[in-house]
Amino acid sequence: MDPTAKYISQKISRTRWRPVPAGLLQQPEVFAAGSWDNESNRVSIWSLGDDDSDTDGEFDEEPRLLCDSEHDGDVTDLQFLDGDRLVSASSSGAVAILKLQPDCQALSLAHVWERAHRYSCDNAPCTAVVCRSPELVSVGEDGRVILYKADQTEVVRVIENADSSTIHAVTFLRTTEVLTVNSIGQLKMWDFRQQSDSPAQILSLTGDRVPLHCVDKHPNQQHIVATGGQDGMLCIWDVRQGNTPFSLIEAHSAEMWEVHFHPSNPNHLFTCSEDGSLLHWETTSGSDMSTLLQRGWNSRVVSHSGVPLAGEDDSVVSSWLAGDSSKNRLEATHMLPSQTLSVNSLDVLEQCLVCGTDGEAVYVHRQLPNFSI
Amino acid sequence: MEEVDVEPSTTVTKHLGFEWGPGDLLVYETNYKLQGPRSASSPSVHVVRRDEDICSPILRKLFNESHLIFVGLQKIKEDVPSKNKKSQFVSISKNYRSVIRACMEELQQNAGKPSQYGDQVSILLAIELIWNLCEVLFIDAAPAGSLLLHLLDWVRLHKSDVDTRAREVLQSDSPAQHQSYWDVPAGTQTLTEFDVKWRHWHEECDRCLQDNTFASNRHLETICKILVGDEDTLLEQRELLSTWYHFLVTRLLFTHPTIKPPDLHYYAQSSMNMFLGPRASPEPLDIILLSAFEFDLHQVIKDCSIALNNWWFVAHLTDLLDHCKLLQSHNLQCVSHIRSSYLSYMHVCVSLWQLAVDYFDHCPEFGRVYLELQIERVPLDTERKAIKVLRICEDRQMSEQVRSICKIMAKRALRNNRLGSALSWSIRAKDAAFATLISERFLQDYSNKGFFTDLDLLDNLGPAMLLSDRLTFLGKYREFHRLYGEKRFSEAARLLLSLMTAKIAPRSLWMTLLTDALPLLEQKEVIFSVDQTYELMSCLEDCFSSVFQDEDIESTKTELLRLALARNLAMAIVKEGTIET
Repeated sequence: MDPTAKYISQKISRTRWRPVPAGLLQQPEVFAAGSWDNESNRVSIWSLGDDDSDTDGEFDEEPRLLCDSEHDGDVTDLQFLDGDRLVSASSSGAVAILKLQPDCQALSLAHVWERAHRYSCDNAPCTAVVCRSPELVSVGEDGRVILYKADQTEVVRVIENADSSTIHAVTFLRTTEVLTVNSIGQLKMWDFRQQSDSPAQILSLTGDRVPLHCVDKHPNQQHIVATGGQDGMLCIWDVRQGNTPFSLIEAHSAEMWEVHFHPSNPNHLFTCSEDGSLLHWETTSGSDMSTLLQRGWNSRVVSHSGVPLAGEDDSVVSSWLAGDSSKNRLEATHMLPSQTLSVNSLDVLEQCLVCGTDGEAVYVHRQLPNFSI
Repeated sequence: MEEVDVEPSTTVTKHLGFEWGPGDLLVYETNYKLQGPRSASSPSVHVVRRDEDICSPILRKLFNESHLIFVGLQKIKEDVPSKNKKSQFVSISKNYRSVIRACMEELQQNAGKPSQYGDQVSILLAIELIWNLCEVLFIDAAPAGSLLLHLLDWVRLHKSDVDTRAREVLQSDSPAQHQSYWDVPAGTQTLTEFDVKWRHWHEECDRCLQDNTFASNRHLETICKILVGDEDTLLEQRELLSTWYHFLVTRLLFTHPTIKPPDLHYYAQSSMNMFLGPRASPEPLDIILLSAFEFDLHQVIKDCSIALNNWWFVAHLTDLLDHCKLLQSHNLQCVSHIRSSYLSYMHVCVSLWQLAVDYFDHCPEFGRVYLELQIERVPLDTERKAIKVLRICEDRQMSEQVRSICKIMAKRALRNNRLGSALSWSIRAKDAAFATLISERFLQDYSNKGFFTDLDLLDNLGPAMLLSDRLTFLGKYREFHRLYGEKRFSEAARLLLSLMTAKIAPRSLWMTLLTDALPLLEQKEVIFSVDQTYELMSCLEDCFSSVFQDEDIESTKTELLRLALARNLAMAIVKEGTIET
């Protein structure tokens, strides 16, 4: 089924689903989009409309704009802190919390940390922000890692000179640990319980130091992390294991901008890239060749390297890591109908996928094909 | 010609100077005054833009959606048989038109004041009208039988509300006759069969008229006259047929339903003259449509370029016609010119630079040159934007531009003291010279501070180390320090020596390296072998003779070194001379 496209007249840098309240088996309906490279950039909130009033299940409705707000500088990252609050990172170095009114009628600025990222005589863009309510962590081109608390006006902690190169993305591993990736191809783990300003661990690929642009942690297993970089390679790492990623997959032909594990079904992974494609990766453990051949669309079948972890119980070993290539295969499906301009961002929640492109279009899949929870 | 609807807010009383830009005009006040005392002019510079509307959000959708269609069109392969291609081209043409319609509808919905988007809407209406006609006549190239049907559809689409009313009026009074008439063309009959049947029916209508069958009812008589195709009666219904081309199609419908394409222009010309009458002169749109009916494609394009201030339309239409091989070869230059005009038009909206790239790619003559010039002028505010620009350049093997962009980013990083970033940009551009510069900076920092900064970078250089000699030295030197820190003295010693003898180390640093060797020489255990010590000694002498600058400090150091080396030599000789028992 083809996704719904909506042209919104601004280049989209980030799209994020608004979280649905836990326990209610609802599909997400509201998403936020941030723009970049415009004379005046905006953060906007869109709605997909009611989906249960229609009994025949037709989801032909285009997303409709609920509210928006001006944003100073490019929106370089966007994350929902909770159902009402949104954190945005700006190319001016500021990190802001935006509040969404209960009926989604307005979006207002609740708090901003101006110039959180800066050079001595200039602004430094903030490149990414991650939240685990009430804490936020932001990283930027100035190589700083900053920890904030949502209700405090002052920042909690700054790790100066965390990196000599630009930090492109960050993710929480545990409550007090974050993992960052930078433009010389390193993954660094930071523990906020430690006083020192040096990383707890550094991982990188042997061989060419390709800049890494995105990182995501496996929802259930905290040691498994996926990264994507300038050469479009998808790497799956085990951070306990050390310097070699478990899998190296040629995913895209250009920079990979975002990688996401599906939050409730981690056997599915999504990546989007500068080359205009959005891929849905699925590990199918134990499926035979005939099932794979029956699926007629683009599939890239790749085997894994690496040995199973010693002493691990089989049931715990993730299908992303476990070794035998005949048992575990990886399939990729193109989610967008044709090659568009760069897909800058994607987000996936339950059965819904939203992504934004440089062609000023938002694509929404309300029912991910061949997806079962 | 477009007129300014808005009064300029500032009134300028001074002499103005101006300078043309890519899409706008820079206007500034000069100090020059014809008479009277000179007074200070305001320091501001005004930017006068030609088309504000191009940046309007709704028009941007037009550009983006049509860009996708354009790129898809370019991908249609040459070897597909022409029949399949024709249907593809027709569907692409329909896609373009639906995009235009969507844009028009949205403009109409969103217009606050009726006149706000009025100009744009009417231009889009005209564009869609012309495009549709071109699709019918040129792209779809409908043959004789179905030509009129297509033209009917065309007129109906554009005058829908008028037509429904007209049809209601016509149909309500004589349903029977109309039923059979409408059924006939839809059936599967050959052209001649249809022609015969039609003539039969036409004669019958004529006979009815002559016999004054409907003399009693004026309406029915009028209708019968219309059915016969009586021109005067048709002209009387001028309000219903609001345009001459509607009149043309209606006239053809009732007089020549099997009209052949070449005969079209005669009727078109006469219809226009009849409809407009002697007083009115044809508008540009009418002339364009007439040229289309005359199958003079080049005239159509020429007139459209002049009359409609909208390069988008002309650029995309000519591209499509070019793919259909309808434009003659000598007009390729025309296509190229049109496309470059479109691009300069698009340039006004700065965000559309990514769309422009694909158009540049398909500009026949100077596309690449223009792109090279253009891409260097995209402002690089953030690293992410620079990465995107670089990807465009790398995909097209524009190595000059890659180098210059990477250098800009690297210099910026260096200025902000982000040595790691600077290095990663140099690596991307494979710029050895800049890598050397960065390494020098590191080494300078080391000399000043006494320790290395950015260890995370230096310890993890990997194969990038080989980019430049100085960088390799830096990496190895850091490695030496690390080995020393880990107390792996013999390895450290070997590394240190190789740095000097392999001539990777710059001469200026030899003294520093030798000084680094001191603690190794002073260890209780003998680390340097005899040969190694001799080599160190020769290095020292080399150094002493050539790089000698500050007498006092250097001479003390060299004395120390000489002493340490001599002692080490002695111990090494003894050690190596001892037989193990």
